[in-house]
Amino acid sequence: MLSAHIQDQINRELKKYPVDQKQSAVMSALRFVQDEKGWIATDDMADIAAFLGMPQMAVYEVATFYHMYNLKPMGKTTLTVCTNLSCTLCGAEDTVAYLKSKLGIGFNEVTADGKYGMREGECMGACKDAPLMTINNKKLCGRLTNDKIDHILAELDKS
Amino acid sequence: MINIEIDGKLVETQRGSTVMDAAHKAGVYIPHFCYHKKLSISANCRMCLVEVEKAPKPLPACATPAADGMKVHTHSEMAVKAQKGVMEFLLINHPLDCPICDQGGECQLQDIAMGYGGGASRYSEEKRVVNPKEIGELISTKEMSRCIQCTRCVRFGQEIAGIMELGMANRSEQAQIMSFVNSSVDSELSGNMIDLCPVGALTSKPFRYTARSWELSRRKSVSPHDGLGSNLAVHVKDNKVVRVVPVENEAINECWISDKDRFSYEGLNSAERLTRPMIKQGGQWIEVEWAAALEYVANGLKQLGNSAGAEQIAALATAHSTFEELYLLQKLMRGLGSGNVDFRLRQSDFSADGKLSGAPWLGMPVADINACDRFLVVGSFLRKDQPLLAQRIRQAVKLGANANIVHSADDDLLMPVANKAIVAPADFVNTLAQILKALATVKQVALTADVSQVEVSDAAAKIAASLASGSKVAVLLGNFAQQHPQAAQIASLAEQIAALCDGKFGFLGEAANSVGGYLAGAVPFAGSVHGMNAQQMLEKPRKAYLLLNVEPELDMHNPQLAMSAMKSADMVVCLSAYKHHGMDYADVMLPVAPFTETSGTFVNTEGRAQSFKGAVKPLGDARPAWKVLRVLGNLLDVPGFEFDSSEAARDEGLNTAAIADKLNNHMGETKLDVTVAGSGLQRVSDVPIYSADALVRRAASLQKTHDAATPCVMLNGSELQKLGIQSGDNARVTQGDASVVLTVQVNDQLPQGAVRIAAGHPATAALGAMFGTITVERA
Repeated sequence: MLSAHIQDQINRELKKYPVDQKQSAVMSALRFVQDEKGWIATDDMADIAAFLGMPQMAVYEVATFYHMYNLKPMGKTTLTVCTNLSCTLCGAEDTVAYLKSKLGIGFNEVTADGKYGMREGECMGACKDAPLMTINNKKLCGRLTNDKIDHILAELDKS
Repeated sequence: MINIEIDGKLVETQRGSTVMDAAHKAGVYIPHFCYHKKLSISANCRMCLVEVEKAPKPLPACATPAADGMKVHTHSEMAVKAQKGVMEFLLINHPLDCPICDQGGECQLQDIAMGYGGGASRYSEEKRVVNPKEIGELISTKEMSRCIQCTRCVRFGQEIAGIMELGMANRSEQAQIMSFVNSSVDSELSGNMIDLCPVGALTSKPFRYTARSWELSRRKSVSPHDGLGSNLAVHVKDNKVVRVVPVENEAINECWISDKDRFSYEGLNSAERLTRPMIKQGGQWIEVEWAAALEYVANGLKQLGNSAGAEQIAALATAHSTFEELYLLQKLMRGLGSGNVDFRLRQSDFSADGKLSGAPWLGMPVADINACDRFLVVGSFLRKDQPLLAQRIRQAVKLGANANIVHSADDDLLMPVANKAIVAPADFVNTLAQILKALATVKQVALTADVSQVEVSDAAAKIAASLASGSKVAVLLGNFAQQHPQAAQIASLAEQIAALCDGKFGFLGEAANSVGGYLAGAVPFAGSVHGMNAQQMLEKPRKAYLLLNVEPELDMHNPQLAMSAMKSADMVVCLSAYKHHGMDYADVMLPVAPFTETSGTFVNTEGRAQSFKGAVKPLGDARPAWKVLRVLGNLLDVPGFEFDSSEAARDEGLNTAAIADKLNNHMGETKLDVTVAGSGLQRVSDVPIYSADALVRRAASLQKTHDAATPCVMLNGSELQKLGIQSGDNARVTQGDASVVLTVQVNDQLPQGAVRIAAGHPATAALGAMFGTITVERA
């Protein structure tokens, strides 16, 4: 079942689209589920499908197509590191290596305490700040250095 | 119209059509994979790239609108280079092991690679592998690595079947066709995806690796199942049917067939096939020669006719029998002096007999369904009873038609339904009277029918308003409405509703020969000798029964009544392709040929007579039923049984040129009873799609699908609460003097007071009539 909060959010979103085009809200609906639960289970996709009156497979297609949806639990905070060209040229490999050693996890893994998950990301359209990563797909952190990463993680640890 | 030039050929084509359409018109072949004339354009395979003059790069013919004066080259240097490039690209991840692929020899990719590809690939790295997924008993995805992502199967589901069961998950290199969390593909049209797949990624589970395409003989045939009469190609290897695929006929089945038509052939090779004539002697079945068996039957019938009178002999046949069989059966019966012959086994209201102006039919050509803009479908499990007619209505609805439903169950039709009135079976007449009354008010006409005392409900008013606003209305009666105990009244009201909106009124044929049976005179009120109808023959048990392809406990309206009549009879002769339950009560079992082993004719629901030849020789000692009946006629000295071919029998019974004159849905006056149902639970029966006839009941793979699951008893939640039963519990269902225990399933779409229990299934065969009161209690 989708929580009342998610349903409210989706209903709000639905106002932006024609009444017979409810499936337009599918990306938002997936986002709301991920915001609340941290990831999107297939059961959630089925619930979204029922809520929006669209085929389950169509929801699954969207959820698996886009990179920002977590299809398995990715910890409290998901760090998505861009490894596309600009970031790699500016040292994304070092960023990844430092994060891996610091957190003790690789891509698509979660730390034992469930705090952090790390994913490999695609270009986020902010190459001027390369190398960069996002925090929970929401906050962009650019010009990453080891010091800066330490700082960011320390802040996150506090919260 | 615009003019366009393709490879130097000038063609005129419609504005808005594509280069592909124009090429088709010009007779120029453009290679393609994702393009299909019945599906939307996706232009993702890029195989149809052509050169268009003044365009800087090659364009996909399937998605490029034709423009006036356009010059297209399909074999120019640019086009050939593009085709070679695309072909090389498509083959990068496609395994190049055609000799071990099930599709090899009938593969579009193979053919086009031969015709348009290069000789060798520059790609030497690893190919990607896609794990196969389990998607049900009919379609195999074992070779999903062969998929080229054309998405025809996905579009077929969305656009034709009406349900998107397959989709393309992930993207780019990881993109793959799959179902949602390994759920099965349950559409009743799913097998068409196998035909659509241009490679060997989706293959037929029952057929795969049983034959190579070049070993097969292809014989044309006609579906013996629903009333549509889909055109089939029966593929034969070593005198055995190993596969059935559609033959395109735009007027009937387009290029599709239902899964029932496609996979029922497995029943032809069932271990239950009856292959030798058998006689029961002293309680033991013994196999005998044909001559002895026929002699036995002839003597038995002769003696009975002499001692008890010919009216003690009754004949029942299914509407899946061929025209010739039905014609000879009634001719034999009438020759013996008995008019007791009927093929309408699931019908319960015969009050229209004698008042009919002709054979009930669809009321219009099948293809006209697509052009209708308002439908009123009364009493039909549409998707399961007539899968491809449902598909046509779905296409019409997509173009803006309104579908209105009057029914006792609210199954998902996989199309938007404008209005529906879901009522208990006993309220059918009243509901239709409401619609008629509301329609008369809208149209401001006076009615001859007395509907003054009915109160028009909201739903009925909406349906009437929808029908009144249409210009091409079709009022169609489904199997449920025809089996209803007030079928004549329902038909009469439906006819009046259709007349008020200047629309067509039709019956959706339940079986391949639902129209043919009438034309053959296999009804008690035809010809010179009149007799009893299917119900009377059971209510007043006869001494002898001739059963043609009938399994009384599954094919009859009231199996309880049927079985007691069979058990009390002195002589029961089964002409059957199978050793069925008849072994318990019959005296003679005569092995007759199913549709692939005999020549014959089916007259479909639009009155089109389609003759076919046998595709294979009869199995064992089985013989075509028309031959068996001919010999019986000779042995019984009935004149006029000197046919040397089924065609001769057909030509005597059927003037194919004059069929149209014999089709008429008009019925004489019928008295209306608009009283609403009282209290008590009423049975609502569907005949599950894979239980409808003897052949499909024995089709192994179809029997493993969800549609063939053991029937549940379904009730509305509030009714369940009253009975104190939970969904998932077992309940004892009692009708007449028998009861069965079934699992309970809640179904809130059912109207109050309705109990849905499937008929035609062994699990419910002990019960009584398909309609009427029934009791449900906790088991």
